Amino acid sequence: MQFGVTTVYHFLFVPVTIGLSLLVAILQTLWRTTHKSAYLRATKFWGKLFLINIAMGIVTGIVQEFQFGMNWSAYSRFVGDVFGAPLAFEALVAFFLESTFIGVWIFGWDRLKPGLHLACIWLVAFGTMASAYFILAANAFMQNPVGYQLNETAGRAELTDFGAVLTNPVALAAFPHTVFAAWLTAGTVVVAVSGYHFMHRRDLDVHRPAMRLGILTTIVGGLGLVLSGDSLGKVMTATQPMKMAAAEALYQTTYNAPFSILTIGSLDGSRGTPIIEIPGLLSFLATGSFNGEVQGINDLNAQYQDLYGPGEYVPYIPLTYWSFRAMIGFGMLAVAMAVIVWWFTRRGRLPEHRLFWPIAMWMAVTPFLANSAGWIFTEMGRQPWVVFSLYQTSEAVSPRVGAPTVAISFIGFTLVYLVLAVVALRLFLRFAKAGPPDEEGAMATSSPSDDPDKPMAFAY
Amino acid sequence: MELTTLWFTLIAVLFTGYFILEGFDFGVGILLPVLGRDNRQRRAMINTIGPVWDGNEVWVITAGGAMFAAFPHWYASLFSGFYMLFFAILVGLIIRGTAFEYRGKGDTDRWRRNWDRCLFTGSVVPAFVWGVVVANLVRGVPLDANFDYTGSIWGLLNGYALLGGLTTLLLFSTHGAYFLHLRTTGDLADRARRLGWKLGVATAVPVLAFLLWTQIAHGNGASLVLIVLAVLALAAGLVLDYKDRSGWAFAATALTIGSASAAVFCALWPDVLPSTSDAANSLTHENAAATQKTLGIMSWAAVVFLPVILLYQGWTYWVFRKRVMVERIPVA
Repeated sequence: MQFGVTTVYHFLFVPVTIGLSLLVAILQTLWRTTHKSAYLRATKFWGKLFLINIAMGIVTGIVQEFQFGMNWSAYSRFVGDVFGAPLAFEALVAFFLESTFIGVWIFGWDRLKPGLHLACIWLVAFGTMASAYFILAANAFMQNPVGYQLNETAGRAELTDFGAVLTNPVALAAFPHTVFAAWLTAGTVVVAVSGYHFMHRRDLDVHRPAMRLGILTTIVGGLGLVLSGDSLGKVMTATQPMKMAAAEALYQTTYNAPFSILTIGSLDGSRGTPIIEIPGLLSFLATGSFNGEVQGINDLNAQYQDLYGPGEYVPYIPLTYWSFRAMIGFGMLAVAMAVIVWWFTRRGRLPEHRLFWPIAMWMAVTPFLANSAGWIFTEMGRQPWVVFSLYQTSEAVSPRVGAPTVAISFIGFTLVYLVLAVVALRLFLRFAKAGPPDEEGAMATSSPSDDPDKPMAFAY
Repeated sequence: MELTTLWFTLIAVLFTGYFILEGFDFGVGILLPVLGRDNRQRRAMINTIGPVWDGNEVWVITAGGAMFAAFPHWYASLFSGFYMLFFAILVGLIIRGTAFEYRGKGDTDRWRRNWDRCLFTGSVVPAFVWGVVVANLVRGVPLDANFDYTGSIWGLLNGYALLGGLTTLLLFSTHGAYFLHLRTTGDLADRARRLGWKLGVATAVPVLAFLLWTQIAHGNGASLVLIVLAVLALAAGLVLDYKDRSGWAFAATALTIGSASAAVFCALWPDVLPSTSDAANSLTHENAAATQKTLGIMSWAAVVFLPVILLYQGWTYWVFRKRVMVERIPVA
């Protein structure tokens, strides 16, 4: 539970960080190649918003690294030989890179040659993506364990093929899905913040290119999400058919299985009444053919009981069913918003209706909901397993850590995170509203200088 | 060399590097309310570590990740057993990290005062608790046959561990004072020097007591040499700082922290977490380790990436080598 909350919370900030680091890097590159001051001002503006966000991503990330040992010691003992390596790689390859060069980028405006300074933000952007890859490789082992061998005497999974762990089909499918989600998220945030300034008709020379970039990123991210989601769906059906069945609350094995958009009533397989159904769509998502066979929850549960012994192997269906829909629905809303904004702002147009921008801005919430829902779906859809087919969640916890200890830390982390979330959001909104620095200010702090009396270009 | 030996050494190096690097930035945070008389001075202090604190912190994340991969049992026992200690460290690091980034983004006195408190608390608590963690590590704790800690949080707050906490707290503060003396100018540097002297003298008492206790209770030949080195370096630091040789003084406390930390890991070897209840349940570098396969892959990664990391982190210190002058802090 604590892991769930801290992870979802961490993952609120991560996609924005991945996406924004890339957008800031692009804006700064545009400035370096075109020398237009509007791009520099946009870089400074978005750079600041990016920093507010990455600070939260970093501090919540440390918690993730230690939490496996604190709360899931039995799990750590069981999988450490396989699971620890990608995490260690992440620290060595990615985390050092981001954390070191973000500091250089923040403080280096007047200390480095412009090309070198630009390279720093690209290294940060690359680091965040590499980070995501290793984390997803580790997570993919939980979804679809590969490259290991069970050692009965030692009571643990042991690594046999690290290449297989890193090229786990689930990781290969989930990585693009996550990166596209990050683009969609960052793109939507850029559209919303730029939209605020469009509404007030301020600094349009700075916000128009950013807006265009944001729309483009959102749409590319959205298309990418559909394609990668499709391949992830097929990988998931092959590796965890129960999760696919749970996504649809499909109890009986079905050919030409429909996909319901909404369902009224209970989802226990007895009285559910789908409102809108698209015939064959689930089969298509799962197998690539509209007539493909999709295994149902009841049959899978029976199979698993034969394989793994008596027990219930069904996740909590309402949660998987609705989170799967929330993920897709909110993601599609975000794309739709980007397309609409693009249409109404094409070739220098400005939408007049006074509700246009407020609605567009509120749509920035949708990718966050979609991301959280997606993460909840992929983790809850695996239950009762923590490592699919190998290890159940109930065995994974730290056996000697008492309930009061967990409660104290859970409440503690939740309170700290809540306060910080409010602070971060308010800061973000304040700086988003304040807009970019003026041209003079932006230029003054962006060139190397040896003048010993000049104020520092940046100081905390 | 055995791969388990190599990885024990690497993890010891990562923790030692972490204590040396984050040691001074904890120290700066601890001295913030003491030395920073007004907002500009406090900002100057924060900006001495501004570009590097985050990179310093990754050392411990890497140490944690390496421990997970190379010694899963060590990682699992340590982090679940010392649960509340790590909870305190994590909360400290969280509020501290956000304080750096957010403090300068508000403009009321109340905003800054609150973040200053976060910075101070977020530095004091981990600086103390890391000492408690390290002391308990070498002292050992009761473990059951599954290597799980059977005691409570109170068992971790024993006299030896509290002395360890006091040692790291004061040592990091002194280290921070020398660092500020090195990296600032004028009145601020001068007061950092004078405070550094007083702190250094005060630090000598717990450092001597803790290291002596460690040597008598757990030590061996190697740890003795390192402990002597740590004590000599601390004395040298005191003299050097007094004589205004701030760079060398800082190097001396870095050596003190480095050899004290190395001494503790030498005293720990060949165990990684001794059991005080039944010696058969002690975690050693052998029974806690991952497979040769995993260790081999990890070793290649370390051989390739560690030198690169050292190179670029060293480069960042070079880029930001100039002293931070209170006068150069932008007003806005």
